[in-house]
Amino acid sequence: MDTIPYTFEEREDTGLYNAKFGIWLFLASEVMLFGALFSAYILMRVGAVYWPVGSETLNVPLGAINTVVLITSSVTMLLSWAALKQNNFGKFRLMLGLTILCALAFMCIKSVEYSAKFSHGIFPKENTYYAIYFTLTGLHALHIVGGIIVLVYLWGPGAKMWKTNPIQFTNRLEVVGLYWHFVDLVWIFLFPVLYLL
Amino acid sequence: MSDSHPKLPFWKKYIFSTDHKVIGIQYGITALVFLLFGFGLMMLMRWQLAYPEQPLPLPDILLKLFGDDHTRLPGGIMLPEFYNELGAMHGTIMIFLGVVPLAVGAFGNFVVPLQIGAPDMAFPRLNMASYWLYFVGGCIMLFSFFLPGGAANSGWTAYPPLSVIATQGQTVWLFGMAFLIQSSLLGSINIIVTIFQLRVKGLTFMRLPFFVWAQLITSFLLLLAFPPLLGAAVLQIMDRLAHTSFFIPSGLLVSGQELVEYSGGGSVLLWQHLFWFLAHPEVYVLTLPGMGIVAEIIANNTRKPLWGYKSMVYSVIFLGFMSFIVWAHHMYITGMGTAISSFFQATTMIISIPSIIILTALFISFWGGSIRFNTPMLFAITFLPMFGIGGLTGLPLGIAITDVHLHDTYYVIGHFHYVVAPGTIFALFAGIYFWFPKATGRKMNEFLGHLHFWPSLICMNIIFFPMLVQGLAGVSRRLYDGGIGYEHGQEIFALNELISWGAWFLAIGQIPFIINFFWSMFAGKKVESDNPWNATTLEWQTPTPPPHGNFTKEMVVYRGPYEYSVPGAKDDFTPQSEEHIR
Repeated sequence: MDTIPYTFEEREDTGLYNAKFGIWLFLASEVMLFGALFSAYILMRVGAVYWPVGSETLNVPLGAINTVVLITSSVTMLLSWAALKQNNFGKFRLMLGLTILCALAFMCIKSVEYSAKFSHGIFPKENTYYAIYFTLTGLHALHIVGGIIVLVYLWGPGAKMWKTNPIQFTNRLEVVGLYWHFVDLVWIFLFPVLYLL
Repeated sequence: MSDSHPKLPFWKKYIFSTDHKVIGIQYGITALVFLLFGFGLMMLMRWQLAYPEQPLPLPDILLKLFGDDHTRLPGGIMLPEFYNELGAMHGTIMIFLGVVPLAVGAFGNFVVPLQIGAPDMAFPRLNMASYWLYFVGGCIMLFSFFLPGGAANSGWTAYPPLSVIATQGQTVWLFGMAFLIQSSLLGSINIIVTIFQLRVKGLTFMRLPFFVWAQLITSFLLLLAFPPLLGAAVLQIMDRLAHTSFFIPSGLLVSGQELVEYSGGGSVLLWQHLFWFLAHPEVYVLTLPGMGIVAEIIANNTRKPLWGYKSMVYSVIFLGFMSFIVWAHHMYITGMGTAISSFFQATTMIISIPSIIILTALFISFWGGSIRFNTPMLFAITFLPMFGIGGLTGLPLGIAITDVHLHDTYYVIGHFHYVVAPGTIFALFAGIYFWFPKATGRKMNEFLGHLHFWPSLICMNIIFFPMLVQGLAGVSRRLYDGGIGYEHGQEIFALNELISWGAWFLAIGQIPFIINFFWSMFAGKKVESDNPWNATTLEWQTPTPPPHGNFTKEMVVYRGPYEYSVPGAKDDFTPQSEEHIR
């Protein structure tokens, strides 16, 4: 497989290496996935006789904290990539570790919110409002979990590649970072739409 | 280049291979098997339509295959539930497991890297994952036949609320679809990145073979149109398993009973919008690769450049964009309103223009050519009028007022089968005959090829043309007795028998192909050069069959894809990698 061009280096006319091109296309498909579900949300809401106000049904402070947590994780994600670019492996480990901690914190807070609803006997089938709330946030949480798995791999066993092939390792981190920023961005849309509007 | 690769064990070379050519062939053979299987389901249905209430004339051992005597075929007579199961799975298998994997998975994988001079796809391991996701998705679909209540039986469109309250085969169908969607996602990312990143030096976009363009646009459609179906599938899974009410409206009564476990408040139209947002671009996913194959073969066998290559390229790009804003022409009679209908009617009429430009350009390409009528060319030529009938019969369906009469009749079935069966599938056959020598080093037999082509052409028309007539007479496509119970079905009921015999003879007509395919693989006539068709594109500059890594020397492209019969040249073809005209 070493014969495939542009695996590590950028192609001049596109300015991208293969994996970076690939992840952008993947994110485009993700935009369509979440776009479809946001459209479903709009259609449900427009067609509903009564639609609960998010701020009265959901825990806005917890949602706001989660927003801050995720934005912080995006910043540390970027810093960990910058650290690799500056050849500072120690700082990379620290920053990526912080990113993983933020992601775990997000999941903890999310599960507190979920279990609060479940303990009140509120499940997705309650009404279409809760159905779309649980579906959208659940799918987003699945994306976070997927991200955590990859981040942990790059922090732990995957980091060995830094010694053998630092350029590809930095590329990997960049690609995962792009995905992570996207997951963050989805939440930045989800929070106002579900919690505030 | 091939020497630098160590010898791989059998399972790594042929089963879990990362070589795009092996994966392409895996895709191709799996898809052909699924096509045959899906066709088999239809042959069973055709018995019921031609001879309703009569027992299937199959030996007992075969009847036993369909499970307990009373659940599907009591006394050999087909129950409506079984008929619905066959119908839903025929559509699903033909589209998602047959034609698309063959057109994109097999031909896209095998031919695209060769035509752009690449050593492999950009992501070989993702490519392997894509095939195995497809394989698992297919197995899940097949497995669902063995569930209590059978496989999905709500049509390939899976319209709610029926699909939400259907038997558990539907849940398995949704999970199977999720696998297939992921598979096509990985595949389409791979093809797009490969085309953009791995083109060799000198191969500019306007020098790409039209087939590569078709695959590029197709991959963009798969990339962007499939995720909304995944979203819709997630919602339907939620409805079925968590009893949410995305697609269950308030006050829905089923057999006079209210559904107590559902809160209501959902919208059945939501599914239709999300589904057709995928499924209309999907129509172009089914047809564009076929057009690409046909363009290659026509240029090669008319021995002259394609007429209007650039306008074909611009048309295919425009077609790709437009295909995202025509989906609701499948929904004129849902009551979504005349204003919306008018919009989608206008876009539908507009989208027919680029298709007609491509078809016209291909027709004009024949002008003044010295045409070679070999088997691939026969299939490719036939694609044009067959696809033409399919396309033109689509216009009355795209106009809201005529669609009111034709919607959900056999006319619709006739229309889209003309597009896909004698259209795309013929193009795919053409592609198999055309690239077979590159993959195996042997040509397929011409006589058996003719024996395959002529019965297929005749039977296809015997099957699908009467359907247009039935549909105009108003026969609904959903009747499991083929219209005998209908007052206005009486006059055209006899046509059902003709259609059914056409379908069974079509099956017999495929036998020469199957024999040809396997016989030629081992005993076909060996090709004398790497370029047996005297073609210009890069895939014929590799050794035959191409080794791992494809090309033995660095490729550079100096000219357009179809420089046939260049004035002053000694040969009637000048390959793209030829620096000077000889």
